[in-house]
Amino acid sequence: MRITQGTFSFLADFSDSEIRAQVEYCLKNNWAVSVEFTDDPHPRNTYWEMWGMPMFDMKDAAGIMHEINQCRKAYPNHYVRVNGFDSTRGWETVRLSFIVNRPEHEPGFHVLRQEGPGRSIRYTLHSYATEKPKGERYK
Amino acid sequence: MNPDPVVPQNLPDDTPVDLEGAFRDSRIQEVLDQLDRELIGLKPVKTRIREIAALLLVDRLRKGLGLISGAPSLHMSFTGNSGTGKTTVAMRMAEILHRLGYVRKGHLVAVTRDDLVGQYIGHTAPKTKEVLKKAMGGVLFIDEAYYLYRAENERDYGQETIEILLQVMENQREDLVVILAGYKDRMEEFFRSNPGMSSRIAHHLDFPDYSPQELLSIAKLMLEAQQYHFSAQAEKAFQDYILRRMQMPHFANARSMRNALDRARLRQANRLFARNQARLTKKDLVTIEAEDILASRVFKEGMPDEKAGAKPGAAK
Repeated sequence: MRITQGTFSFLADFSDSEIRAQVEYCLKNNWAVSVEFTDDPHPRNTYWEMWGMPMFDMKDAAGIMHEINQCRKAYPNHYVRVNGFDSTRGWETVRLSFIVNRPEHEPGFHVLRQEGPGRSIRYTLHSYATEKPKGERYK
Repeated sequence: MNPDPVVPQNLPDDTPVDLEGAFRDSRIQEVLDQLDRELIGLKPVKTRIREIAALLLVDRLRKGLGLISGAPSLHMSFTGNSGTGKTTVAMRMAEILHRLGYVRKGHLVAVTRDDLVGQYIGHTAPKTKEVLKKAMGGVLFIDEAYYLYRAENERDYGQETIEILLQVMENQREDLVVILAGYKDRMEEFFRSNPGMSSRIAHHLDFPDYSPQELLSIAKLMLEAQQYHFSAQAEKAFQDYILRRMQMPHFANARSMRNALDRARLRQANRLFARNQARLTKKDLVTIEAEDILASRVFKEGMPDEKAGAKPGAAK
């Protein structure tokens, strides 16, 4: 099951030149771009591992593309995303975040039902991938 | 997203080429004119810049006709004494290369050893890479580059920086241009001990010292920029000052001129106060008089005003 998280997630995967164009857009707006990765695809998993520091004071996408490619090389079967962080007062938040790398096979989720008091049912998601320990998922 | 423009193949040999039009469109003449106007002297440097501009322009035309045009290596070394305009020219160079489409952004990142070399094992590579990433799309200016290599200490972390630099200079030529700068003799020694670096640098530009006449023109330009001017006697006195100052230690060309003018402005302000004149005119405020210059220790004691001397080679 293809995971749809972040911006552009319902589009086909971006090519490198398309990623580069998005990064240039971030830089044009003075956003700090950062690269993050994870192998836990749960939608509530907001805190991914950082691939190095967020890159402030960058003028050109070349350096960021380099980091993205390094991260993909190190974790070819992880999810890798690119964030654009806007530090201007009032925003101070991530303005753009999109996935640039995903595992070849994404097993997806199943729904867990829990019986609550008074026959109420609580639903939650469970990712098949996380049945294996961290680092061994998506081999 | 942006498909490459269709490149024509096998055009006939007599296809007309609009070199002049391309030159106009790049608006490179403006930058060259500005260079001529604002930088006094430096003849060999200007010639070389013109040559590089011509090469890049022709290269671009060749590309338009579908001819092979490998990105030329444009890494440079600027050698010369302090105050000869290395940093200033580097900044212009970034702009010129940007106009010619050789670098994408045209910013200048000026660094020294401290910005590149770490303090403990494993600190250097990330630090150097960080700087390189920031410089991408523009020009990386390494001032006093010879400090990167310390012959007496083979475990110095500078070596690591040099290796990373070499790799990027070779493999990411289209992403950034590296300019190394420093004193001539020490740079030559640096290149001797790092032949790999020397062979990757295509352009060695030597910045000659300024003649007294050029120094005077520079001083006048500086004053003009600050909206001051010399009185006729002051100009004579300053000419004399230049000749004397050039013989003294720690002479730093244009930077010494800047310092001398700053001190002359200080004395001028003092003089205006001391005279306690009720009616000053605008003319008084913008004119540097001979006495402002003659009060310098260069005339009185025969030594430069700055006690510690100008820091050699320090970029402003």
